[in-house]
Amino acid sequence: MKRTICCSLAIVLLLIGSGLAEAAEKTLHVEGSTTVGPIADAFAEAFKKMYPDVTITVNKSGSGTGAAALVDSRCDIATMSRAMKEKEYKDAVGKGVFPFGHVVAMDGVCVIVHPSNPVSELTSAQVQDIYLGKVTNWKQLGGPDMKIIPVSRDTASGTYDTFDHFVMKQQKMAGHVEYVSTNPQAFARVKTTQGAIAYVGFGFVRRGVKAVNLDGVVPTRDTILSGQYPVSRPLFMYTNGYPPLGSIVQKFVSFHLTEKGQALVEEAGFVPVTRY
Amino acid sequence: MDKAKSGRVLQTAADSSQPLLLTPTEDLKGFLGLHLGRLTLLLITCTSVLAVFLIFLFIAIEAFPFLTKVSLIEFLTSTGWYPESYEKPEFGALALIAGSIYVTIGALVFAVPVGILAAVFLSDIVSFGIRDFVKPVIEILAAVPSVAYGFFAVLVLAPWLQNRFGFATGTNALNASLVLSVMALPTIISVAEDSISAVGRELREGSYSLGATRMETVLRVVIPAAHSGIIAAVVLGMMRAIGETMVVWMASGNASQIPHPWWDLSQSVRTMTATIAGDMGETAKGSDHYRALFAVGLLLLVMTFLLNMVSEYLLARAKKRLGKQ
Repeated sequence: MKRTICCSLAIVLLLIGSGLAEAAEKTLHVEGSTTVGPIADAFAEAFKKMYPDVTITVNKSGSGTGAAALVDSRCDIATMSRAMKEKEYKDAVGKGVFPFGHVVAMDGVCVIVHPSNPVSELTSAQVQDIYLGKVTNWKQLGGPDMKIIPVSRDTASGTYDTFDHFVMKQQKMAGHVEYVSTNPQAFARVKTTQGAIAYVGFGFVRRGVKAVNLDGVVPTRDTILSGQYPVSRPLFMYTNGYPPLGSIVQKFVSFHLTEKGQALVEEAGFVPVTRY
Repeated sequence: MDKAKSGRVLQTAADSSQPLLLTPTEDLKGFLGLHLGRLTLLLITCTSVLAVFLIFLFIAIEAFPFLTKVSLIEFLTSTGWYPESYEKPEFGALALIAGSIYVTIGALVFAVPVGILAAVFLSDIVSFGIRDFVKPVIEILAAVPSVAYGFFAVLVLAPWLQNRFGFATGTNALNASLVLSVMALPTIISVAEDSISAVGRELREGSYSLGATRMETVLRVVIPAAHSGIIAAVVLGMMRAIGETMVVWMASGNASQIPHPWWDLSQSVRTMTATIAGDMGETAKGSDHYRALFAVGLLLLVMTFLLNMVSEYLLARAKKRLGKQ
C-alpha cells in the first residue's frame, strides 16, 4: 500500500515536472478576424515545420474580439480585417499597449449570389438599397421573381465594418436582414438559398457561389490591389509595438514579405502586397 | 478505568454513578466545534444560492447605468436594435423578446404533445424490457452538444425546409423551433415518464378493477395523478428552450424583426440569447452597447425567474388539490 502511494506520487510529480517544462517553451497566441484566419492558419502550419518547438494557436472570432484581446494583452498578435478604431487605440494606450499594424495582404469584399441567379452586375447603390430594404425582389433587378434574402455578418466582424463603410455608408440595415457570425457561414447560406445575397472576403468566393461585378468592376487580384474595385481593404496583424527583431512574433508578422509567405497568401485567396 | 490526557479519571459509559464534568476548555471547544461546524456546512449549502444571487447582482449592476440613461419604455417597446449605429443608436428590445417567445412557444408546441405521449407510451403501454432499453437511448439525445444541432439545422434542415415548403429562407423561426423541440424532448420525456411511473400500481389496478379501459385509465386517472410531475417536466423543457444560445444563433437567421403576419413562422427572428452571444465579443467594455447587452441579459433572467415562479405556483396548486382529495 505504502509502495503504491510512493510510486503513484512519483509518477504524478514527473508528469507535473514535464508539464512545467513544456510550458516554459515558446507559445504564440493569435486571435481575431475570420477573414485573416486562413492566412494566420497557413503561416502557423509553415512555422510548425520551421520552428517545431513553438506552439502557435490561432483563434477566429472577429476583428473586434481580436482587438479586445490585444488591448487586454491576452494575445500576442491580433489579426483584423479593418483598422483599429479610435476607442480601441485609446483603451490600448490606457493599458500600456501600443498597437502597431502590419499590412499582410489586400482583400476585396465580394458580393455573392447563388449560381443559379442570372444577375451578375450590381451597383453599390443597388446593393445598399437591398440591405436597406428598399428593393425586396430579384425581379426589380432583372432577375427571377424571388424574394431577396440579404445576409450580413454580425457587428463584431471587420468584413461588416468594411461593407458598412463603403457600401452602406453607415446607414442602418433593414430589420429582415439575417446575420451570421463567420465568412464560411455566409458562404453556406448563399450556397443553399437561391434568393440569398451576402458579402464575403475575396478568399471565400469559391465553387458554389457567384461573385457579382460591383459598379462594373470584376473582383480580381489586380483590381483589388490597385483599388479599382470599390470595396478593397488591407488586412492587418496588430502587435504591441514593433516586436523585437528576431523574435518569433516578428518573424510571424514579417512572413508575408518572403516568397513562401506570398505563396501562402495567394493560396488562401488574397492579394499579396509583394510581387515575387 | 482509562486515564485521560488531562489527568482526570474518565468513567466508562456503563459506570454512571458519578456525573461527567467538563473543564471550561473542553466546554468551549465543544461549543465552538458545534457552531463552527454548523456554520461551515451552512456556508457550503448557501454557495449555490449565493452564486445565483451574485450573478443577478453583477448583471443588475452592469445594466443599471444603461437603464437609467435610456427610457425603459423605449427599451421594451421599440423594435429597432441598432446599437452600433454612428448617428443615432437605437436600443429597442421588443423584436428580441418576441423572437425568444416565438422560438420557445414553437418548441413547446412540438415537444409537449410528443413528449407526454412518449412518456405515457413508455410507462404504460410498452413492456418493461423495451422501456429499459429505450429510456437510456432517449437520455443520450440530451448529451448531444448544441453546436452539433446547430450545424444540422443550418446545413441540412434549412435547405430541406426551403426546397420542400418553398420558404424564401430556411433559417427561420420554424427551423429553430424544430431543433429546440428535439433538444427539449429528452428532458420532458425523462421527467414525465419518471413521474407517471411513480404513480404506482395501486391507482392503475383500482381503475382497471372498476372496469375502465386502458385509455380511460391513462387519461383520467394516471395523468391527473402525475399532474405536478408533468408540469415540472414541461417547465424544465421550456427552460432549456428559452436559454439555448448556439442553436438559435445558427438556425434562426438573426433578423431583428417581428414576423410580419404574426403567425408566419417562416420568417427569420432573433432571440435575446443569440443577441448577447453574437454582440458581446465586439463591444468595448463600458460602452452603451455593452451595458445594453447586460440589460438584455437582466431581462432574460427576470423572464426565467417569473416563469419559474409561475410553475412553482401551479405545482403548489396541483399538490394542494391532490392533497385535498
